[in-house]
Amino acid sequence: MSKVKRGKVVRYNRWGYIFLIPFMVTFIIFQLIPLCTTIYNSFFENYMSGLKQVGPTFIGLENYKTLITEGDLGKYFTNTLIVWLIGFVPQIILSLLLGAWFSDPSLRLKGQRFFKTVIYLPNLIMASAFSMLFFTLFSDGGPINSMLVQAGILSEPFKFFSSISATRILIGFMNFVMWFGNTTILLMAGMMGIDPSLFEAAEVDGATPRQIFWKITLPLLRPILVYVLITSLIGGLQMFDVPQILTNGEGSPVRSSMTLIMYLNKHLYSKNYGMAGALSVYLFILTGILSFIVFKLTGPQKEKKEKK
Amino acid sequence: MKKKVLSALLASAMVASMMAGCNNGGTNPAPSSSAGQPAQSGTAVNNDAAEGKVLNIQVWNEEFASRLTNHYPGYEPNDANNPTAGGKIGDVTVNFIVTANQNNAYQNQLDAVLPGNASLDADKKTDIFLVEADYALKYVDASANVAMPLSELGISDADLSKQYQYTKDIVTDANGAIRGASWQACSAGLIYNRAAAKEVLGTDDPAKVQEFVKDWDTFNATAAKLGEKGYLVEASVNDSFRVYSNNVTSPWVKDGKLTIDNNIMKWVDDSKVLYDAKYTTTDPLWDGDTWKGGFYPAGKVFAYFGPAWFFNFSMGADQAGSIANQGGWGLTTGPQGFFWGGTWICAAQGTDNPTLVKDIILTMTTDNAVMKEIAQQDSDCVNNKEVLKELAADASGNLAILGGQNPYEMLAKGAELVDMSKISAYDQGCNESFQTVFKDYFEGKQTKDEALAAFKKAVKEKYPELTVD
Repeated sequence: MSKVKRGKVVRYNRWGYIFLIPFMVTFIIFQLIPLCTTIYNSFFENYMSGLKQVGPTFIGLENYKTLITEGDLGKYFTNTLIVWLIGFVPQIILSLLLGAWFSDPSLRLKGQRFFKTVIYLPNLIMASAFSMLFFTLFSDGGPINSMLVQAGILSEPFKFFSSISATRILIGFMNFVMWFGNTTILLMAGMMGIDPSLFEAAEVDGATPRQIFWKITLPLLRPILVYVLITSLIGGLQMFDVPQILTNGEGSPVRSSMTLIMYLNKHLYSKNYGMAGALSVYLFILTGILSFIVFKLTGPQKEKKEKK
Repeated sequence: MKKKVLSALLASAMVASMMAGCNNGGTNPAPSSSAGQPAQSGTAVNNDAAEGKVLNIQVWNEEFASRLTNHYPGYEPNDANNPTAGGKIGDVTVNFIVTANQNNAYQNQLDAVLPGNASLDADKKTDIFLVEADYALKYVDASANVAMPLSELGISDADLSKQYQYTKDIVTDANGAIRGASWQACSAGLIYNRAAAKEVLGTDDPAKVQEFVKDWDTFNATAAKLGEKGYLVEASVNDSFRVYSNNVTSPWVKDGKLTIDNNIMKWVDDSKVLYDAKYTTTDPLWDGDTWKGGFYPAGKVFAYFGPAWFFNFSMGADQAGSIANQGGWGLTTGPQGFFWGGTWICAAQGTDNPTLVKDIILTMTTDNAVMKEIAQQDSDCVNNKEVLKELAADASGNLAILGGQNPYEMLAKGAELVDMSKISAYDQGCNESFQTVFKDYFEGKQTKDEALAAFKKAVKEKYPELTVD
């Protein structure tokens, strides 16, 4: 009797593995192998000089050293974080607000579906197209400048892309517009997952909407918030398309809007796989550390939740 | 049991289809924008029957395609309105593979196809590719050996005798072999706004205007005069960059070391003064609003620097109301002579159509009749001393854009003087980075020393093998 049972379990496992194959194959081909080759490549001097291949020669940690001593890794990391924060802070605030409104049945909002679709729409535009649009809008002779000048607010066109803060704010703003819909939907899902009886109980006890939000919604939303924070942080560290197109790959002015990945891309001019690989590994470690910190900071409650 | 077999089948089918998907993505050749399909007509027999039936040409725009369409004898286009759609020469199909220049894409394409060209199928081989002066050295390099020496095709030095020396120098490798040829001579000058010259300088005669721009100090003094009347002396600091960078005493890179020439630093200092005084801007070429605006009277730009193709094609001559349209430009030598642009035809190593390639190069770059036709129909300043002399001699060389001025004598003289000994294979990357970095200096975002340091870093990123300090 027990024999038969065990056999069955094993067989089911086998099917489980078979159904996992498509994922595993995709994962190995498109994620694991590139990851390993990136790390492997980072130990080599390997680039093109014109049409001549230089290397690959094993040089140990030389690329890592060069990046630290000659590259401006810290500067680009700071740029990336600043631009990410400019986009993320308003994004999370607005998303929480919208999420709370959408998930609050007592507000009886009309046309919810419509608005949920609309706020998600910017995410469907290609980042590059969005970036081109902003580049045209805010160029020296673009519509924004001519409107400001004609309205008498400015006496001469403001060079948005020659100003460090204006360029950063524009990039942050674009990321904000593109991603707040996505975040809203995630947070809303989280809020709707909270047991409604808790809200009712609080209301019966005479809690104000503000108290409900701070004392019930937010703490219970923590796992989703952590998830949003981590994914946004990782996405933010890999920020590339918007600033790349907006500044024509130069991170101008003075490389103040150059992100880490844009810097990586600079090394691909000479197909410098070694240096680009080393940079990727740094980024990999950095992402790991940051995710770990965020995870730890929001730790104990999260674990409890997961065990449930 | 049946169920299990079925599900196993399904699962394996899923995996298989996925693998097939991967496979497809990996082996499909990059889509070429040419519409013409290789036609295998085994019937026609001619002298070069042993040669390939497909001629593939790598280009970055439609310029060469339209030259070939309009001027190569016996060329039948597939679509008269779209030169890059390809055509036929006899029974050989001509395909143009267009890769735009942006973000180094064209060079990346060449880098991908040229080294392994010889081992490809006959119909997929690149037979001809075009290069520009800025990166020509990279592709005519003897050790890279991706462009055939013209002598191997059977083109002798005597065949090229009417061409200007600089156009040959650019495509000459370290061993002295010429590996390309151009139909254009792109010596350039200062293109000035006649109305502005009359208003501010009191004359629009090229020889007299030259006195006001004969060297950089005079040029800068004239800038102040123009500025008083509200004119920009040049639309952008980037306009004069090529003039300075063409007149350096040492190349960007010498023995693997980056050198920043004094004349380049003079550009920095002169331009900073002009920019601070608001006599010019930091607009990018081609896209800048001020830069493009200067093609019209309202833009109030005094001068541009450029060769024949620049005033013929780039200054909006076909737009009503533009200065070019009204014949309002004049051409003079300017502070320093220089050249800009030009397209060289190279035969790809491994081509299976050497006879046809040879004939195309000879016809397009040495045939007097064809070149005169190009000069007259397309207003190219052709790379042919005899033809330019003819054009300079009679009224057929008078150009409406320049208010009837005949520029050919000046351009021919300029072409003789161009000195190509100071180019290096790193020019394009260095020039681009330098202009980017110093834009921030002009706009006061960093000091000159910071800009220089940033420039060195940028060069090191692009060319890790160089020493920069």
